[in-house]
Amino acid sequence: MNRSRWEVFTRRQPALFALVLLVLAVAINLIVQPHMFARETLNSNMRVFLPLILLAVGQAIVILAGGIDISVGGIASIVNTVLATRVGLEGSPAEMWRYVFISLIIGLLAGAINGFFIAFLRLQPIITTYATSFLYAGLALFILPNPGGGIPGNIAAFYRNSTPLHLPLAFYVIAVVLLIWSYLRSTRYGNFLYAVGGRAQAAYETAVPVTWVQFGTYLISGLMAAFAGLAITMLSGSGNADIGAPMTLNSITAVVIGGNALSGGVGGVAGPVMGAITLGVIQNIISFANIDTWWETLVRAVIIVVALAAPGIVNLFRRRQP
Amino acid sequence: MAVVLFLLSGLLPNGFGSDLDVARAQVLNILRLAVFLGVIAAGQTLVIISGSEGIDLSAGSVVTLTAILTYILVNGANEKVLLALLVVLAAGALIGFINGVGITFLKISPFVMTLGMAGVVTGAIIVITHGSVTGKVAPIMTRLIARPLSPSLPIPNAVLIWILFGILIWLLLERTTFGRNLFAIGVNRITAKLSGVNVTRMNLLTYSLAGALAGFGGFLLVGNTGVVHLQLGQPFLFPSIAAVAVGGTLLSGGKGSYWGTMAGAIVLTLITSLLTTMQMPDSVRRMVLGGTLLILISIYGRQRALRQ
Repeated sequence: MNRSRWEVFTRRQPALFALVLLVLAVAINLIVQPHMFARETLNSNMRVFLPLILLAVGQAIVILAGGIDISVGGIASIVNTVLATRVGLEGSPAEMWRYVFISLIIGLLAGAINGFFIAFLRLQPIITTYATSFLYAGLALFILPNPGGGIPGNIAAFYRNSTPLHLPLAFYVIAVVLLIWSYLRSTRYGNFLYAVGGRAQAAYETAVPVTWVQFGTYLISGLMAAFAGLAITMLSGSGNADIGAPMTLNSITAVVIGGNALSGGVGGVAGPVMGAITLGVIQNIISFANIDTWWETLVRAVIIVVALAAPGIVNLFRRRQP
Repeated sequence: MAVVLFLLSGLLPNGFGSDLDVARAQVLNILRLAVFLGVIAAGQTLVIISGSEGIDLSAGSVVTLTAILTYILVNGANEKVLLALLVVLAAGALIGFINGVGITFLKISPFVMTLGMAGVVTGAIIVITHGSVTGKVAPIMTRLIARPLSPSLPIPNAVLIWILFGILIWLLLERTTFGRNLFAIGVNRITAKLSGVNVTRMNLLTYSLAGALAGFGGFLLVGNTGVVHLQLGQPFLFPSIAAVAVGGTLLSGGKGSYWGTMAGAIVLTLITSLLTTMQMPDSVRRMVLGGTLLILISIYGRQRALRQ
């Protein structure tokens, strides 16, 4: 019954799979786009990936505690429409800061609504956040019925061009997020997260404040969704109520690719971050591989399904080993 | 509970005027619209009853796919209708089968798997149609689905089909082994397995059936309206889940009935058409739908508290 050292290692480090996938994707990308690591290209790529990375981090935390948040896309959309309409193309930096602050509050509020229904009323996360996703998406559409509006050009340019110390701005953001996460993980709350995700009932019986832990994860997810909305607004420079919609499934995919178990209790944040980057790289590959436009949607969807299936397939093989 | 909703929904249209004929016409209208949601929600009912967070998010795109397939295959010819129906059912069942495989063997959560498949199906639709669809519905389809059976009984056939369909589903759920096993695995998967139910086979069957039923829905839909477009099935997806929840089926599985779903479909159609008559923009409609579902699951969907 001697488990090979390799097997023990891979079981302890679920993010390893994500790393392998990422390296593979980057390698393929280098083939189709040789100048991928050139400073300008890298910066351009990373800032496109950043919204999804932020979303994936929030999603990862919710999923860790055993839940899921389908409304993140909607929250990001609301933030986008709010910024686009309130700040507008002529806004001043002061206004921008004010509405950024308000956006974060909105994210927390939306998360609180989710958390209330799920943690306190004990509704199922999937259907609840599905319902609120419609609520939020509808609100975004209400605020901005037609794509338009925007944010001041110089602010968008700042996001686009800043490369402190020759590294993309996105790198710093990711680094900060990862730092915050490793701090969080070392606290009691971090431990609680894993306890609740693993066996909520058992956690309850050991005096873990399950309700508040779960509520907190939705607050975090809402906040991260607001950040993602901010990032995507700065990326596109304009407003569009549907902007967040495709990001929701991608955030879940990123978490699954990242090695986290959808049922909770396993994994971290580094994996999903890599997963999000991998998804972005795959998107890049598809654009550069000159695939027929008609096939593009299908190819992308199939890749996502394969990526989702991959951990399951890996598990199948693992179980077959004597 | 479904009865209460039914009565409620009966009261509301009467508020629109004391004219009995108008009210009757309105009720028929709502019924006619609700048929399609009801059929599409049938498959959803099955997978939700089967428990373990069963859900079918691919239903919307399957509907669109089958509608388009019917459109292309039939192309105005009456003789092709039966063939188209069979092809469409098979296509739906295939997609459902793939869902089932991913869920059962690869242990992918139903939400993620069916959502992913929805994307694949949509991609397939684009590949098949290259953006434009040519085809036509056969006259016999419109005759059978959209028109009434006879002038003295002004109920569109679609409603009659739905009633028949409902009876069949009820029989399936309540009077067959499949139905019994479905409820069993919904209540407690492990106990069911220990009692000899082949959970794997049930899963595969359930999702395949759900796919086929969604396909049937697409077939009916295109037979009724005669036009197809890429977003045909999408508006039915969320309401189909809502209809099931409203109809009293527990989202955690193990309990429920199709009659409830039918009532739920009617209520939802009622709400939507009310909102349309009030000329509410799409944004408000979405918010109300989301909010309504939220309220309804707050009443009917609460899980056990941690404090046993």
